[in-house]
Amino acid sequence: MTRKRLRLYAVLSGLAMLGIATALVLSALSDNLVFFHSPSDVVENSVEAGQRIRLGGLVEEGSVARSDGTVLFAITDMKTTIPVRFAGIVPDLFREGQGVVADGQLDGKGNFIASEVLAKHDEKYMPPEVADALKRAGHWKEGEGPEGASYK
Amino acid sequence: MHRFANPTRFLRIANAVLPWTGGLTALLLGVGLYLALLNSPPDYQQGETVRIMYVHVPSAWMGMLVYLTMAIASAVALIWRHPLADIAAKAAAPIGAGFTIICLVTGALWGKPMWGTWWVWDARLTSMLILLFLYLGYIALVNAFDDPNRGYRAAGILALVGVVNLPIIKFSVDWWNTLHQPASVIRLDGPTIHPDILLPLLVMAVAFKLFFITVLILRIRSEIAAAKIRNLQLSLARG
Repeated sequence: MTRKRLRLYAVLSGLAMLGIATALVLSALSDNLVFFHSPSDVVENSVEAGQRIRLGGLVEEGSVARSDGTVLFAITDMKTTIPVRFAGIVPDLFREGQGVVADGQLDGKGNFIASEVLAKHDEKYMPPEVADALKRAGHWKEGEGPEGASYK
Repeated sequence: MHRFANPTRFLRIANAVLPWTGGLTALLLGVGLYLALLNSPPDYQQGETVRIMYVHVPSAWMGMLVYLTMAIASAVALIWRHPLADIAAKAAAPIGAGFTIICLVTGALWGKPMWGTWWVWDARLTSMLILLFLYLGYIALVNAFDDPNRGYRAAGILALVGVVNLPIIKFSVDWWNTLHQPASVIRLDGPTIHPDILLPLLVMAVAFKLFFITVLILRIRSEIAAAKIRNLQLSLARG
């Protein structure tokens, strides 16, 4: 075996072992690497009141109500829904059917008191006219936007 | 491969290619910016803010592509002791760091109006910041030794170790919940961007790649010149 061959195998096996080690560490830490938890996660794991978490999902259709500086809405993952109260200004992108991430805590009565609300946007981009045309043609699912929109 | 190890031969090819890559960069950057800023539709949700994407996404791709180039060059240098590969890796590092900084800054400027925050510690944003630190670590390490060859060796190993971060950046949005949305262009079921928005993005992406090639050639050329000066000074000092 030449020295070049030896160095090639050393680099390749080093990278392979590093890759395996990283994969093991990341899968062990995967619970801590998520940015937010879904309403179902929160209910299943019976998160205690007062514990700071981030709750993420879609703003439920028809749930948004505003009263003097406080926004009331519900975050849903289509299985479980949690009502949220937020005293503050929501981002421009915040609307019904839109993805959001709320930072805050449960109040013990099943409500989530948010101290910060961030909007999430999806991976779909299109001109407004195209979105209108899709809505007129009925190819639009509320909360999910255009169905199967990919431009191959 | 060793046919290109000869700096004189490399310089002959590079000098012939340079005007073309430079000219094409200027042309495509002009066309791309015109399409991106003036002649493309707004997004149905994000409005005009979507135009940040035409700089943000190509810089993010380049941050990763330049790192991959640097890591491959470092591997070639470590395994086959190819002198030009070391120089290429060193020359690429500041360019990649620049693209990564542009990606992070435009991302923050885009995040504030859309998400409502400049920065969050989600998996995509954090792994991209780590990529910047890998670049900065490489640049510091490669310049930290009096003997350039020791610097190349140490920094090359760092570059190879950092490669594990690239799949983490790419797949972070699929593996974990993140605030950053999933991939729109490089995905199995085809892009989810309307062709009118995708075209300017791809023109900008090609322009950024040509810019990288142009600046890389310029930087390799000056590195070769610097190495020649160093060798001359050494032989003069030995008298």
